[in-house]
Amino acid sequence: MKPVYLDNNATTRVDPRVVDAMLPYFTEQFGNASSIHAFGADVGTAIRHARRQLQALLGTEFDHEIVYTGCGTEADNTALLSALETQAGRNEIVTSAVEHPAILALCAWLEKTRGVKVHYIGVDSRGRLDMDAYRKALGPRTAIASIMWANNETGNLFEVETLAELAHEAGALFHTDAVQAVGKVPMDLKTSEIDMLSLSGQKFHAPKGIGALYVRRGVRLRPMIRGGHQERGRRAGTENAPSIIGLGVAAELARTHLEDENTRVRALRDRLEKGLLQRISHAMVTGDPDYRLPNTSNIAFEYIEGEGILLLLNKAGIAASSGSACTSGSLEPSHVLRAMKVPYTAAHGAIRFSLSRENTEEDVDHVLEVMPGIVDTLRGISPFWDGTSATRSAFTPTYA
Amino acid sequence: MWEYSDKVKEYFFNPKNVGVIEDANGVGEVGAIACGDALKLMLQVDPATDQITSARFQTFGCGSAIASSSALTEIIVGKTVDEALKITNQDIADFLGGLPPEKMHCSVMGYEALRAAVANYRGETWEDDHEEGALLCKCFGVDEGMLERAVRNNNLTSMEQVAQYTKATASCSTCAETVEEALERINAAMVSEGVLDARDAFVAGALPPTRRAARKTSPLVELSALATPAKLTTVQRIRAVEEVLSELRPVLQGDGGDCELVDVDGNKVMVKLSGACVNCQLASVTVQGIQQRLAERLGEPVRVIPVPAGH
Repeated sequence: MKPVYLDNNATTRVDPRVVDAMLPYFTEQFGNASSIHAFGADVGTAIRHARRQLQALLGTEFDHEIVYTGCGTEADNTALLSALETQAGRNEIVTSAVEHPAILALCAWLEKTRGVKVHYIGVDSRGRLDMDAYRKALGPRTAIASIMWANNETGNLFEVETLAELAHEAGALFHTDAVQAVGKVPMDLKTSEIDMLSLSGQKFHAPKGIGALYVRRGVRLRPMIRGGHQERGRRAGTENAPSIIGLGVAAELARTHLEDENTRVRALRDRLEKGLLQRISHAMVTGDPDYRLPNTSNIAFEYIEGEGILLLLNKAGIAASSGSACTSGSLEPSHVLRAMKVPYTAAHGAIRFSLSRENTEEDVDHVLEVMPGIVDTLRGISPFWDGTSATRSAFTPTYA
Repeated sequence: MWEYSDKVKEYFFNPKNVGVIEDANGVGEVGAIACGDALKLMLQVDPATDQITSARFQTFGCGSAIASSSALTEIIVGKTVDEALKITNQDIADFLGGLPPEKMHCSVMGYEALRAAVANYRGETWEDDHEEGALLCKCFGVDEGMLERAVRNNNLTSMEQVAQYTKATASCSTCAETVEEALERINAAMVSEGVLDARDAFVAGALPPTRRAARKTSPLVELSALATPAKLTTVQRIRAVEEVLSELRPVLQGDGGDCELVDVDGNKVMVKLSGACVNCQLASVTVQGIQQRLAERLGEPVRVIPVPAGH
């Protein structure tokens, strides 16, 4: 049995066509795009082409709206830091409690070291943003509102257009971490109010180590990395030409597969999810089933712990991930599941399946075949499970 | 993915002794579903010989929690309950070829369940343990007794280790200060008993590098180097303790505090701190100082336990 990879929100396989496009830029066309000679000029041309390919995926009008970065995290950091530095008198950030650490860890650091006030907007049990709290948090002191386009754990989508409009009403900038959304959600940024958007190549079959920040024309950007004039002085450092070119090809492939993601991949995801819920009792989908990425399903299996599930899945050749504590090195369920107040009987047993265009029906069938047995095995060991239904009362720990 | 040893994998993928013993005469239940792991240990003990004839478990938790539980049952079957109680969480980890540091709390859970099961077999009330001290960490249900056992059994000397072995402080961390104080107190006691090098002891607020630097230029007396006078009679011991305290009291009184001897029980010396010593942030240092002096005078490790006023 071929290994089944269902952890595409963590990273994706680099498409072989992307690799093919990149290879010449390591050995033959290795020049520095800034050089005057032919070695450099060819690379410069290829980078310009790659930028247009990425523009097409995002629906942006101007090529200088794209600033290449080393990763999505760098794009997030650049956006928030720039917003604080370019707007005197605005010293607050509005974000959500379910953002990626690329935003949350930076915000915590800004609070601690720069006295920045950060508003963390909560979510409901489905993971939907508290819009009233968001509106109330925005004000004349808000430098930037940063809300993810799609959540990495649940796949939940956020109403970024509306959120951007509300931020603008308060005179603030709006940034979205779209790392999980790019390539899965149609985008047309030229008609959008979004000021800045972060993306990461590795989430849509480009290599790791390349990302980009979209900065709408007219939005001031203070660079985070200073040095040469690359990216119009907004992100210094010799262009990572092979990866930029790879990202361009990946963007083009993503654009052509966008419909496939939203039809075939979505159908696979739904089949997987429905199949698991049919076969396994005491399991629940976390997040908002009506408004989420087409590739992501986060299912919490009650009365068992996620790491055991992942280890047994791995043994069966299936790769997935978990928001549970034990796999991450922290001792708590993920901040996303906690923010959603997922019942503690289930939060520890949450498993994220994230598909890509490379998955097949056979992959889904294999999971449906082995997963019930895995859950049975672990429930058979669990003191909270009596064979048919859970009986927590049968277990009375002496300390809890 | 964690780097689990082959033995951990073996005991997770094919755990031994899973299930229920219907007529178990020793049952220990620890942990909770909210905490992310829980273990129910069931023992069949022969009342005539105190020998554990069978052990089974049910565990909710990660791979290493299940492996640790299974390992525990394998270790204790055939032992008498007294022999079984001699094992520590480290024995469970060793049996499994080691556990990642972040997973040591799984072995501690096994150890705690064993103690609970034996207490249950003997008709002792395990819950009474809470009277030793209220819960320090409410998130993970760690009381002072459990903390002290984990610290002593594993020579824990940092807050990071405490979190890895007991999970205390790892969630909301509001108990960090209390746990720091407890760790400092327990380490200080271990130092005075001669089971921990004073230079390794945890000091709340001190940075680890400071302690490492101190290691090179130790100004402290090695406990092992202390003179060992002839064994004292009980009366001599109490008199010696009183002498030490009367020497120290003027110092404490100078700071507006005081210290009275309440009782001597084996190597435990109960004292009552009063005046400015009560609630003083340096009280644990004071206790450590008294302990050190007593150990020097008696030539044997002692543990000074401050008892609340009114006792």
